[in-house]
Amino acid sequence: MALYNAHPGKPLIRITRNTAIITVLLLFALATIFPIYFMIISSFGEPVAAGAMDYRLFPSSFSLESYKFFFEFSPYTWRWLLNSLIVATTVMVTNVLFASMAGYAFSKIKFKGRVLIFSIMLVAMMIPYQVTQVPLYILIVNIFHIENTYTALILPGLVTVYNIFLAKQFMSSIPNEILECAKIEGCNQFQIYFRIILPLSKTVLAVMAILTFMDNWNTFFWPLLVTNSMDMQTIQVGLKSFKFANTTLFAPMMAGATISALPMFILFFSLQKYFLEGVTVGAVKG
Amino acid sequence: MTEYAKPIKRRKINSDAIWGYAFIAAALLIFLMFTAYPVVSALIISFQEYKPVGSTFIGFDNYTETFKDSLFWKAIVNTIVYTLLTVPVSLFLSFAVSILILPFKKRMQTAFKAVYYLPAVASGVALSVVWLWIYDPMPEGIFNKLTSFFGLGTHNWLGSSAYAMFSLVLMAWLSSHGTSIIIYLAALLGIDGSYYEAAELDGANFFQKLRYIVVPCLKPTTLFLLVTGVIGSFQVFQNAYLMTGGGPDNATTMVGLLIFNNAFKYFEFGKAAAQSLILAAIIAGISVIQFKFLGKDVEY
Repeated sequence: MALYNAHPGKPLIRITRNTAIITVLLLFALATIFPIYFMIISSFGEPVAAGAMDYRLFPSSFSLESYKFFFEFSPYTWRWLLNSLIVATTVMVTNVLFASMAGYAFSKIKFKGRVLIFSIMLVAMMIPYQVTQVPLYILIVNIFHIENTYTALILPGLVTVYNIFLAKQFMSSIPNEILECAKIEGCNQFQIYFRIILPLSKTVLAVMAILTFMDNWNTFFWPLLVTNSMDMQTIQVGLKSFKFANTTLFAPMMAGATISALPMFILFFSLQKYFLEGVTVGAVKG
Repeated sequence: MTEYAKPIKRRKINSDAIWGYAFIAAALLIFLMFTAYPVVSALIISFQEYKPVGSTFIGFDNYTETFKDSLFWKAIVNTIVYTLLTVPVSLFLSFAVSILILPFKKRMQTAFKAVYYLPAVASGVALSVVWLWIYDPMPEGIFNKLTSFFGLGTHNWLGSSAYAMFSLVLMAWLSSHGTSIIIYLAALLGIDGSYYEAAELDGANFFQKLRYIVVPCLKPTTLFLLVTGVIGSFQVFQNAYLMTGGGPDNATTMVGLLIFNNAFKYFEFGKAAAQSLILAAIIAGISVIQFKFLGKDVEY
């Protein structure tokens, strides 16, 4: 029994209904992915000024000239990609490590102040980022004087409360009996964490790693603030400067946009399950 | 709350506690340095005329100035308009799509989920670059071609104060519901089949089941998406910054962009800090109201 009636013995009605639904869903899906489609097909156009090109929905020619143009436009294009990769990877690794450790402690180890510290962190999660942006900028640029460094790009993102929360939620569901057994067998807390908690939490850690990588690959705001030299910018900030430098070169802009999105598309299609699962972790009570 | 492993000996508790502190040490240190300290610092800066060396304490001046600033109120109104236009529509679209996806087999559900989620994977900058070209004011622009095909004429979508806000809203309608669809679908699949069974025995049709079973069962999910959606919308910055720069004539200046401009364009850190705290208070207030009015019979 479900929301939809089964229509026993009336296949015609069922087929009509499903066809109608699929048509609606497909139309909406087309509207949703149209910008991405438009971006990709336009990137294969010739790198000519906007006035000389036509905005076709289907490519009239296939050329990689615009990609070449994009990489030759700035000597730092590869560097931008590398910077994004370095920052996103580092932040991903530290988040998985620190959030899993803290999540384990908050869910399974009894110590004084545990509930209080965790509550303060949760409350802080609701504070809009606009509140911390000015003091963080002052801290990094005016006090530490480390603008235009990897440290500045990475430091504030080393671990997020959201990831700690995810880890804690997941690890709370691991039965205590397993941990007690390990203790009796002579494991210390670190061994329990490393040999039991981490292997059992693989799924949530994978989800966390992927979403953290995605967030940091796509992040625009913080790198914009703490980098002003071309060689330390990430691809998202580089793309923005490209946009203003060449407002009329349409195809190379689309090539740049495609390049900045491509790694995430590849990750998404190969690890789709984790992406889609990740959305519901923490949002839906299982 | 979960139960905890019962300590065998008293000495064990102490060593466990030390392990506990060791495990949270890194996270706590980072939290204190990059979240707690900045929040306290923001509060202090909001009462100062900030200078890198030798800030002066000026009391509530930053706050009173903000409240007298007509641009601040315009930004608040813009943000509210944007939120009212995007969040409910996005929720409704997500709900409708997830209901429509429901009757299909798992593989088809996953395929649709993937397609709808795809824009969320692309970076905001890449998408805004694309949308800038979709909204190209030239008659050859994709969107202008579409509107003139339907006899609506061509317009300067992002460059005229009459259409700029609408253009940002339309962009949000078409790209920001992937997450909500997946969450709604998960909640829909979690509804106990026996409810439907009972309703069917009473002769309920599809719409009655929708009204009396699905809507109440999804209320916690809707509340969650509503609250997070409103919080997100009030902090919106990137699209306005990249697409319109807040213009024309401040028609798309949102609070997030205003704070950014005050801080990093005019370097009025004190004013920006005061405004960010007002924003935090507004968000907290709205969240409380939402929980109070909509959360009465929500069980967690």
